[in-house]
Amino acid sequence: MPRYLLSAHGPAFADTGAFNERLHRDGHFVFAGGLEPATTATTVDGQREQPAFTDGPYQETQECLGGFWVIEAADLDVALALAAEGSKACRGPVEVRPFRTEEPARALPVP
Amino acid sequence: MTGPIVEQAIIRAHQQEWARVVADLARRFGDLDVAEEATAEAFVAAAERWPREGVPPNPGGWLATTATRKAIDWLRRESQRDAKHQAARIVYDDTPAEPTGPVEDDRLRLVFTCCHPALATEARVALTLRLLGGLTVAEIARAFLVQETTMARRITRAKVKIKAAHIPYRVPSAGDIRERLTGVLAVVYLIFNEGYLAGEGDDPVRVDLTDQAIHLGRLLRTLLPDDGEVAGLLALMLFTDARRAARVSRTGELVTLDEQDRGAWDRDLIAEGNALVRERIEAVAAGGDPPGRYQLQAAINAVHTQAPSARDTNWSAIVALYDRLVLLDPSPIVRLNRAVALAEIDGPEVGLAEIDRLAEILDGYHAFHAARADLLRRLRRGGESRAAYDRSIGLAGNPAERAYLTRRRDQLAG
Repeated sequence: MPRYLLSAHGPAFADTGAFNERLHRDGHFVFAGGLEPATTATTVDGQREQPAFTDGPYQETQECLGGFWVIEAADLDVALALAAEGSKACRGPVEVRPFRTEEPARALPVP
Repeated sequence: MTGPIVEQAIIRAHQQEWARVVADLARRFGDLDVAEEATAEAFVAAAERWPREGVPPNPGGWLATTATRKAIDWLRRESQRDAKHQAARIVYDDTPAEPTGPVEDDRLRLVFTCCHPALATEARVALTLRLLGGLTVAEIARAFLVQETTMARRITRAKVKIKAAHIPYRVPSAGDIRERLTGVLAVVYLIFNEGYLAGEGDDPVRVDLTDQAIHLGRLLRTLLPDDGEVAGLLALMLFTDARRAARVSRTGELVTLDEQDRGAWDRDLIAEGNALVRERIEAVAAGGDPPGRYQLQAAINAVHTQAPSARDTNWSAIVALYDRLVLLDPSPIVRLNRAVALAEIDGPEVGLAEIDRLAEILDGYHAFHAARADLLRRLRRGGESRAAYDRSIGLAGNPAERAYLTRRRDQLAG
């Protein structure tokens, strides 16, 4: 089953309890978590000999990332419909991004 | 078998079978790349073998079988490069299509996948022309005046997203189909308008795109014969295309509706459009859904085609249809068109007052200034009319339209 990361950019991730319950009930739930504000983030670049630590988020857009879900859904249509519900719950836009998979046999989901 | 007959058979097979073969392979192999490549190879094989061996009795079956073989070859080659996928990829589904939505034709699944709302509009257009229309990447690039590599990248990126994000190969559920179909019709109409109103380039009309859009409209009509808006869009495109020959003069100048030689309109296309409009009027009268925007626009065009001249047009019927269209789509462009029709009944002053209400929002739109210029001319306000023509000429991209506007401006007295 394809997995998707739903990144919540709304201010109300704490209010998504009912939506989380629905994800559990219908077998979509893999993981979810709310995040502390981006001011608490630290960016690490470990590509050199000495890792560099920088206060703050890596990308400006990450500043408003309030939390995320990892879900399982049969295809993108199902994931988009769930994201619309999540968006309503967290009161902000939700980005839907597929996880990389190792199943090339049926790349185009045919029901 | 002589050359031209075989050539005709290949052209006809391309028009009738391309989308069917791609759609069938896409379902059975679960991969748009495989479907596209194998179908293209099957047509290459037909072009090589039919002149030698004769056109097969069932060209569609021949193409489907050949394309299936090409697809299996293609996957074998691919899997030799990437051995771990071999076992998985060689298996394909040989069962006939399962009925999953309102209609079971694989081509309809392909339509909805190509026009999926998660794809950018320009990607939807390109995929639709490639996978359903069978245009080559080079042809699509030429039609949209972009580099072939740019168009190829656009199509590849869309196919990668379909694969990676698991965009399904499915007709949407009954609850979603109305909205999704609206998106499909928008793609087809966009292709038509890109051809008909060609905003850039030297050709006033790009026939390849208008023909392709009508071809897609007919395909949708075959797949969804009971849908009113599908019929409406096809009728609208047929009426518009029927005027093609009369719309640009020999000197390459745009000819507006009131000055067109109505004898040059294509009567066959008009008859086909009228039959569709009549069918919809009967369906609505029998309790069907009220007409949507394409049916209303088709009806407006039907009124024009029934008039012997611009003066003898039933303008009050046209304004009444625009009134209904404004309720569905209160966009400034629709209100502009309504105001132009209103001027024919209530006079240029009334029309101008309506148009001037749209001044702020349509200031950058050449047709707004062209409509103002014409009404100001009729009100004998020459100076203001000239200024409006100047604005319109500056904003118009289409060379035939610029030539027309320039002549009208230069005809102003004083």
